[in-house]
Amino acid sequence: MAQNSPGKVTATVVSPAGGGPVQELRGDELKGARWWAEVGWRHIVGVVAIVYAVIPILYIISASLNPLGSVASTSIIPSQFSLVNFEALFSDPNRPFARWFLNTLIVAVVVVLGQVFFSALAAYAFSRFRFKGRRGGLLTLLLIQMFPQFLAAVALFQMFTQVGEVVPAIGLDTMAGYILLLLGGALGQVWLIKGFFDSVPKELDEAATIDGCGHAQVYFKIILPLVRPILAVTGLLSFVGVIGEYIMASIFLRETTVKTLAVGMYGIIEADRSNNLGVFAAAAVLTALPVILLFQYLQRFIVGGITSGAVKG
Amino acid sequence: MELTASRRTQAEPPPDEKIEQGSSKTLPMVVKIVALGTIGGLAAALTPALLSQQRWAFLIAIWAIVGALVFVYATKRYIPAKYLLPGALFLVVFVVYPILMTFQLSTTNFGDGTRTDKETTIARIIGGSAQQVDGARQFGLSVGQAGTDYTFLLVDAETGDVFAGTADGLAPLDAGSVTVENGVVTEAEGYTLLTKSEINTLSQRDGPLDGFAVPTEGGVIKAQGFQAVELYTPLEYDQATDTITNTETGTTYTPVQVGDRKYFTSESGERLSNQSWGENIGFDNYVRAFTDPRISSDFVGIFLWTLAFAVLSVATTFFLGLLLATALNDDRMKGQKIYRSVLLLPYAIPGFISLLVWSGFYNTEFGLINDLTGLSINWFGDPFWAKVAIIGTNLWMGFPYMFLVCTGALQAIPGDLKEAASIDGASGFVNFRKITFPLLLVSVAPLLVSSFAFNFNNFNAIFLLTEGGPFSPANPTAGGTDILISYTYRLAFGSSAQQIGFASAISVILFVLTGVLAAVQFRATRALEDVN
Repeated sequence: MAQNSPGKVTATVVSPAGGGPVQELRGDELKGARWWAEVGWRHIVGVVAIVYAVIPILYIISASLNPLGSVASTSIIPSQFSLVNFEALFSDPNRPFARWFLNTLIVAVVVVLGQVFFSALAAYAFSRFRFKGRRGGLLTLLLIQMFPQFLAAVALFQMFTQVGEVVPAIGLDTMAGYILLLLGGALGQVWLIKGFFDSVPKELDEAATIDGCGHAQVYFKIILPLVRPILAVTGLLSFVGVIGEYIMASIFLRETTVKTLAVGMYGIIEADRSNNLGVFAAAAVLTALPVILLFQYLQRFIVGGITSGAVKG
Repeated sequence: MELTASRRTQAEPPPDEKIEQGSSKTLPMVVKIVALGTIGGLAAALTPALLSQQRWAFLIAIWAIVGALVFVYATKRYIPAKYLLPGALFLVVFVVYPILMTFQLSTTNFGDGTRTDKETTIARIIGGSAQQVDGARQFGLSVGQAGTDYTFLLVDAETGDVFAGTADGLAPLDAGSVTVENGVVTEAEGYTLLTKSEINTLSQRDGPLDGFAVPTEGGVIKAQGFQAVELYTPLEYDQATDTITNTETGTTYTPVQVGDRKYFTSESGERLSNQSWGENIGFDNYVRAFTDPRISSDFVGIFLWTLAFAVLSVATTFFLGLLLATALNDDRMKGQKIYRSVLLLPYAIPGFISLLVWSGFYNTEFGLINDLTGLSINWFGDPFWAKVAIIGTNLWMGFPYMFLVCTGALQAIPGDLKEAASIDGASGFVNFRKITFPLLLVSVAPLLVSSFAFNFNNFNAIFLLTEGGPFSPANPTAGGTDILISYTYRLAFGSSAQQIGFASAISVILFVLTGVLAAVQFRATRALEDVN
């Protein structure tokens, strides 16, 4: 039973690296040339990779602290420390960073909650019930997921223009409309979540059913609590996806007050590519930092989520 | 542990079971009623507005949704549907329906210059040629709306007769059905009257009232400010022959096809007007994509680069990720966790930020890359180097993902397999090539395919770096680094003349290509077996 539970899958796929004391002792035993041949070169590769990965990030941080804020005056190692760029972010009404941040947060939270909730509901049906059209439904979902929503952007644009004429609250240039649009992907996580539901043994719900639970009680009281951690990771991955969504937002959110970070920050850098770097970098630091912290915190689960996603398609 | 606990409480129900059962049944019932009631209420609240604007499709859609919800949730049957319906509704409304609409649009020539229908265009052409003559009839003007159609409500300044004027012509209105005050209509049965500011908005360029003209015998009625005047025009449209005749010169103009649209043109090739109109053109957009020599050469070039971009993106990220995973996956190494945490960073940063930052790195004069390497490459000015820049950036953004995936796959390969091979005398590299790599490939192959499919439509990587450029002056629609999806974006939403019908056709072609990729992925993941 334990082997099948999702948490366990994660743990076996990504066993904590570094190893116990026994393994470390073995590493220490190697000396000189042999150490270099078997372990040392790995560190060299690792350090080179880290430099490669980190240089652009250092550059962003350095640029955000550079009071001149131009491309020409920025280097990887910060030469000056100043918070003017951060102050500028919150003082210019033409680029209401705090507002964009809030907008993005609202959109991402609503969309992610909706997506995880609807996907989990559907995944339960696909995992536990046998009904006509089940196989077809699953395959259709897999196929539809391959199409980026943008391919229908023209039609969506017209649709929301017309809807907006009747119900302005969900038309173009509204966050509610944009949220609805993104909820078109409400079933985007069905396959992943179904995989985890499948790993919860059926005997559990059978026992509960015998005890008099209805299908809804089995779902909300037994299965959902078991897969909660996995739902959290699924949510995080889709959260990052929503934050990074640029193309639809650029078409649908054109007014400054309703923009998300992706569109708003593109506007900052696009307005003056060489001189707005400092402000842009400050915005980038503030946006990326929470996401990076979340990623580090959930690292183990994320790797598990990705790889089991791979196995399940 | 948790499982057995919850099971036990179920198996040994507490004494007050009946009360519990009762309350646990009421709550879902209440939720159900409130939810259905809210949705039904919303639909009911929208109905009057939809009725008055005659938006039948919209009206049918929302009541169909309400009907489906009631049908599924009000009964105890259709249990799977109760779980599937909410998400499926979103999917149908915001994904499936727009896809169908895209296909419908792709069979039209809709776009800039063809937004109006033929009737309105003809009225505009005739109206545009009209001049005022002495003693012309004058009218008090108001504009009425019925559904999406607009009508001029006219009061003859001399006789006081009331007319309704559309692109079809002038029709007298029954004096009993309208209220006239100070020579203008203030209320009319069946019409919603527009305010002056609404009229102004709708009369702007390309608005529905721009060039609105009511044909009459011997002329047209056009708005002049908030009045209307009958103007004289020598042009006459004949529906039977589909021609416009200039009654003064006797020249006739017939619609002649130019590109995806038609213009009224005389026999000598003189165009009456540069205005055209929207119409269904069947599969002409598709034919054009493959046969128009300039477009098809663009199209083939872009398609090949799209493929190359996707393949190279997957290959480079996978290669680097695998290299790092192999190098760092050794338990004798200290600090593996640190390496892994740091290498995760590029993956954790939202993509649009990375792309915009990298776009600055390629600045020829001040960019980080020319700075560090001492080169002076004009990265985004040259199609070849722009492509290199895009692949290079995508490598940085994508390798951590492949690194994580490969690390996971490597750790899942049983160690005794490798041990057995090295006992048999296999060297490290042979071991990797013959044992590790094939096993790894089996487990990551589906991911490589889905990564390929993702990059195939990776709009952000192109648009946020180069915007599809560099462009040659001769060809402003197809840039040196455009992939199909960014090319489509420019056709549909670009600043130059929008070609929405044609862009939709390219979208449909992209749907098909993506579908083919999906089929390949189905095979790779053996998803078909998984479902059974």
